[in-house]
Amino acid sequence: MSDSLIALEHPTELQHHFADMEQQKSTSTFGMWLFLGTEIMFFGGMFAAYLIYRRWYYNEFALGSRSINIWLGTINTMVLICSSLTVALGVRAAQMGKRKLLVTLLLITMVFGVAFLGIKGVEWYQKYEEHHVPGSSFNASDLVSVGQKYGVHINQAHSQIYFSLYFALTGLHALHMVVGLGIFTVLTYFAWKGKYTPEYHTPIEIGGLYWHFVDIVWIYLFPLLYLIDRKPFH
Amino acid sequence: MATAVVTTERENYINSEYGIRSWLLTTDHKRIALLYLLSITFFFFIGGFFALLIRLELLTPAGDLVQADTYNKLFTMHGQIMVFFFLIPSIPAVLGNFLVPMMIGAKDLAFPRINLLSWYLYIFGGCMMLHCIVTGGVDTGWTFYTPFSTAFTNTKVIEAGLSIFIVGFSSILTGLNFVVSIHRMRAPGLTWSRLPLFLWSIYATSIIFLLGTPVLAITLLLLIFERAFHLGIFDPTRGGDPLLFQHLFWFYSHPAVYIMILPAMGVVSEIIPCFSRKRVFGYSFVAMSSIAIAVFGFLVWAHHMFVAGISLYSALFFSILSYLVAVPSAVKVFNWTATMYKGSISFSTPMLYALGFIGLFTIGGLTGLFLAALGFDVHVTDTYFVIAHFHYIMVGGAVMGYLGGLHFWWPKISGRMYPEAWGRLAAAIVFIGFNLTFFPQFILGYMGMPRRYWQYPPEFQVLNVFSTAGSTILAVGYLLPMIYMLWSLRYGKIAGDNPWGAAGLEWKTASPPPTFNFDETPEVTWEAYNYDEIPMPEEVSLER
Repeated sequence: MSDSLIALEHPTELQHHFADMEQQKSTSTFGMWLFLGTEIMFFGGMFAAYLIYRRWYYNEFALGSRSINIWLGTINTMVLICSSLTVALGVRAAQMGKRKLLVTLLLITMVFGVAFLGIKGVEWYQKYEEHHVPGSSFNASDLVSVGQKYGVHINQAHSQIYFSLYFALTGLHALHMVVGLGIFTVLTYFAWKGKYTPEYHTPIEIGGLYWHFVDIVWIYLFPLLYLIDRKPFH
Repeated sequence: MATAVVTTERENYINSEYGIRSWLLTTDHKRIALLYLLSITFFFFIGGFFALLIRLELLTPAGDLVQADTYNKLFTMHGQIMVFFFLIPSIPAVLGNFLVPMMIGAKDLAFPRINLLSWYLYIFGGCMMLHCIVTGGVDTGWTFYTPFSTAFTNTKVIEAGLSIFIVGFSSILTGLNFVVSIHRMRAPGLTWSRLPLFLWSIYATSIIFLLGTPVLAITLLLLIFERAFHLGIFDPTRGGDPLLFQHLFWFYSHPAVYIMILPAMGVVSEIIPCFSRKRVFGYSFVAMSSIAIAVFGFLVWAHHMFVAGISLYSALFFSILSYLVAVPSAVKVFNWTATMYKGSISFSTPMLYALGFIGLFTIGGLTGLFLAALGFDVHVTDTYFVIAHFHYIMVGGAVMGYLGGLHFWWPKISGRMYPEAWGRLAAAIVFIGFNLTFFPQFILGYMGMPRRYWQYPPEFQVLNVFSTAGSTILAVGYLLPMIYMLWSLRYGKIAGDNPWGAAGLEWKTASPPPTFNFDETPEVTWEAYNYDEIPMPEEVSLER
């Protein structure tokens, strides 16, 4: 058997325990989908806690939600949606074997990701300055007086529960973004090296799946945390 | 002479490479299984040591051996180590890792490097737990109930919680590997209806790993945040709800019981047809009952909270659903019994463990029905009745299944036979020791002895002495296999490829198997458990 035939039968990207590239690809993709299933359960536990406390302490949740900078949240939502677009275009570029385009799109995605984290940091810093970070220095007396204006009683401990969930949810989401940036750094490096071809670009697709998932989590977090009730109280 | 033996020995996964690096950096599922075997055995004996200290303290009514605080730590560490570092990884990570690729006719699991990563996560979490123990330990009970764990105790809750958080990711990755491998890597001709029942059990277990463990992870994370920053999520004085913690905790930790018992059921489903020389009775019912147990397992968690203050209606709902779990469990027991009916049964060691499993699991399961009944549960909540019940499932069920499986596949794993007479003796000692330890606890609990106390009224002493005596017998029963299995590595009779005359792909390759399991990818043309077509080896038939 000639050398070229062996190479044809066993491409370098094919790991030893798979029969062919098709099996390797479908296995890896399926693995990522299952992993995302576990992520839903991971966030699900906190969504359950959110659901219960929002029902119990609606006023505190509504006023807490108003105190967050909605513009930063909205811009961040748009940033993430745009990053999802560049990821999807990147997968297409990989399928068509356009190396430079792929690298560019991956880099733009990462720029969006870093921008998101930067804006998030500004938002958290505002909360820190307002003493809305749960812990010993937590103080929601500003929300209490806003509540008095509308004639609703605000319990500061309950406000702290809202901000605890706000920081836990956005913090874990940001952590997932950081992990995503790490993955994309590796992907960009290998894309730049020309590792991905129209025949083999499964890592780009799988990394893309992860990125989209993190975006979708944000699509749920945004209305749940920022848009609880922005109308004036009656 | 010695060199001649070495040169004639076939290359297999054990002798293919030497040196510590070749083990610590291996991606071979069989080597990883052995790494797990060593590590969980280590934790099993630590957890067992705590159990013996508990039993020693309870030998006398007075709290004289240890202080009350130490006793709290002892049962907490016993529970956490046995549940998270032994029982949950036991069959899946050892036997599952070894067998899943071979049973599906694959060279390895779908993600070999992730498989190794999950062992390292286990070790990392394990070291953290050990560090936590030697620097003071935890006294919350293995359940970490709030607000005691977050606002009152001054023991190392955060470190213990983190270690279990980390070890949880090890189970998630293992489960993910199994599900993907079973879906995507089966050999040609191996349809779902031809899968060994062990794989159906492992599949159902992995579903629980995937859907349950992340919820435990987030619960522990919230617990850690709550304790570190006093958020108030689980603190009733700040508007938080301790019941929410219990709901989230049991949403994982009840299905976790099925993580422990389902793989053992899978092992039993392999052993019984083999040593009865019959096809398994009602294959599809046994297979589907595994899935049913996994599904129902997610719908019954609040039966741990009947006296915690949940509403009567939700208690009723969870009580009825808990009864439903008995249906698929009984389907299994009846089908195993029907498989043995008119079979030609040989009482080899694995079969003894399997029979022990059926008896003990039945007692554990039926007392579970008592506890699902609201009225009775209120009477025995937090008594030794509950302790006895879940030890019949976890020790009488899961550990018996694990030991049975270890004996059954030991010739495949090591290439050597363990000494059969010692094996049977150890199985008998385990069975007797177990019942002597835990049956008195049913009576103690019914009489009203509460769990987690280090003292008790003198009238409970006789039964407690029985229990402590039983635990020492049980310890001997557990030490014996470790000794003679190590002995067999060097002196055991060389096992053939298929010493039991068992069906299943793993028996169609060498013992120990070569690194890539099969010389060429097998093609399956037969139905599972075709024991009517396989003759029983003479040695096994002599053991009847």
